[in-house]
Amino acid sequence: MALIETFALTKRYPKVTALDALTVQVEPGIIGLVGANGAGKSTLIKILLGLLPPTSGGALVLGIDPAQDSAAVRARVGYMPEHDCLPPDLVAAELVTHLGRISGLPRTAARERASEALRHVGLYEERYRQVGGYSTGMKQRVKLAQALVHDPDVLLLDEPTNGLDPAGRDAMLALIHRIGTEFGISVVVCSHLLGEVERICDSVVAIDAGRLLRADRVSAMTVQRDLLAVEVDEGTGQLLARLGELGLTVRQDGRLLLVPLESDETYDRIIGAVAELDLPLHRLEQRRHRVAELFANAPAGPPPAQPPMEASHV
Amino acid sequence: MSEVTGSYAAPAGAGATAGVIHDIGYQRYTGRRLSRRYSALSMYTHSVRTAYGLGRSGKAKIFPFIVVGIVFAVAVIAVVLRSQFGRVFINYLQLADGVTAPLLLFVAVIAPELVSRDLRAHTLPLYFSRPISRSDYAFAKYAAAATAMWLLLACPMLLMYIGGLFSQNGGFAGAWRETTEFLQGLGYAAIFGLIYAAISVLIASLASRRAVAAGAIVGVFLVTAPVVGVLTSFGGDTLQKVAPLLNPVTLVQGLQVWLFGGNGPDIGSFGPLYGAVGVALIGVCLMLLLARYRRVS
Repeated sequence: MALIETFALTKRYPKVTALDALTVQVEPGIIGLVGANGAGKSTLIKILLGLLPPTSGGALVLGIDPAQDSAAVRARVGYMPEHDCLPPDLVAAELVTHLGRISGLPRTAARERASEALRHVGLYEERYRQVGGYSTGMKQRVKLAQALVHDPDVLLLDEPTNGLDPAGRDAMLALIHRIGTEFGISVVVCSHLLGEVERICDSVVAIDAGRLLRADRVSAMTVQRDLLAVEVDEGTGQLLARLGELGLTVRQDGRLLLVPLESDETYDRIIGAVAELDLPLHRLEQRRHRVAELFANAPAGPPPAQPPMEASHV
Repeated sequence: MSEVTGSYAAPAGAGATAGVIHDIGYQRYTGRRLSRRYSALSMYTHSVRTAYGLGRSGKAKIFPFIVVGIVFAVAVIAVVLRSQFGRVFINYLQLADGVTAPLLLFVAVIAPELVSRDLRAHTLPLYFSRPISRSDYAFAKYAAAATAMWLLLACPMLLMYIGGLFSQNGGFAGAWRETTEFLQGLGYAAIFGLIYAAISVLIASLASRRAVAAGAIVGVFLVTAPVVGVLTSFGGDTLQKVAPLLNPVTLVQGLQVWLFGGNGPDIGSFGPLYGAVGVALIGVCLMLLLARYRRVS
């Protein structure tokens, strides 16, 4: 069974169309939902939680239609909102216990699982402190713990690394990866930072202006598209022409020439061409093509003038 | 940050400092998951506790328990006077009327505490992404505020009842009369709770700042008081008897006069009108409250 399916899912507001006939199907695992701000990610999440009715089309979460039986969906989903949402004057353990009970856990089970959830996010020692005194990173962890307390089958995380410094960001991503792999819980990570998603996700769903840009497994996207980057100190044009004659599809990217790596033979042909032209070779390296670039010239959908994704480390 | 990073990267190490020897890893929950009604009930009990500052910091308990102290003090005085002089100076209905001012302050503080705080901290998404529905939430908050008000009167009344049973000397008939009056007192406390909470929770749900909400609640209760005063002083006979409808405080007193026949405003034969207005007021407030929570996020 697919984790989440949508069929021609459309949500129109009086002035904007937030989702435009979105049809996508994702399998369990860690899924990245990427798109620029305003691409429709939050609207999609709200529909999946049954908090918003779709204008047309439909969705299934764990095989349940959130528009029909939203309580059943919400009982099995953990949601971490994007923005600050924690009452400052409650103790973390008390807050997470309370939310566990709202999710239907009996009193003692809620208390035990709240401690466990806080332990898993690394707040065991600090769990009896008031949330208001926590750092941003700790608050993000409490938000994650409250999503985890009732042992959901799916976690929906909306921009989980928002406001974190680089170290906190790495820690949060590692934690999410651990939840997805060791805890056996599927995770949907919403982010406008493709680089982050790419590091921890099995598959990526990219949306832009409410439409599906691309949905695929990260491995599939990158394996096909491994590239060799060639840089010569002079004669880039000559080399470009020569490689073209050799039947390679070459793309120029500034001083770099990018050649798809089809087999080991590709290396030999490039080296041969460089030697033949007697050019000073500066570098020849294999480059894992970043997903961001793939979306920029993705086959599906119109290529946006500028990639909607922040390609942080291309 | 590095220390926090370490604590989950190596949970065994983090656990050791807390006296746990080994990390048992993540365990799935296989126990019972209760119904949506249980969720709403949990919301309700948590909110009643919150109203009295239970489960929160010491600072949050100060104000509720000052009010509790005031009401209990009045009840203790009533019991002592009665046992000393053998006469009832303050009965159950008079207790409630006598502490109307602290009661009003209490509801003006707890309603924002229950409702505005969640708006201010944007906590609602955490609730609405769980099985509980928006109307469950609104009803739970209203019921909690009404219950907190009711308890504030009912507990001191229970004390007066116990004291009354010992000081009355009418035998079984006296005890029966005492019980009837006590039950009337509890009923009056319920009317207080239901009407004051309906107005206060609705107002609080519109303001995210607690101080603003508290001011607005007191304002609504007080602003209409002079109007009632003027109309009862200068209005005609009928106007004098229906004017108390315009202020929640006098409306509640009028209901008491109609239902239990205690002291209060002169309502003539308009009792049923007071009943209808009271029920309609609660109904309208709840409808507006539900409408408010249908939209807010």
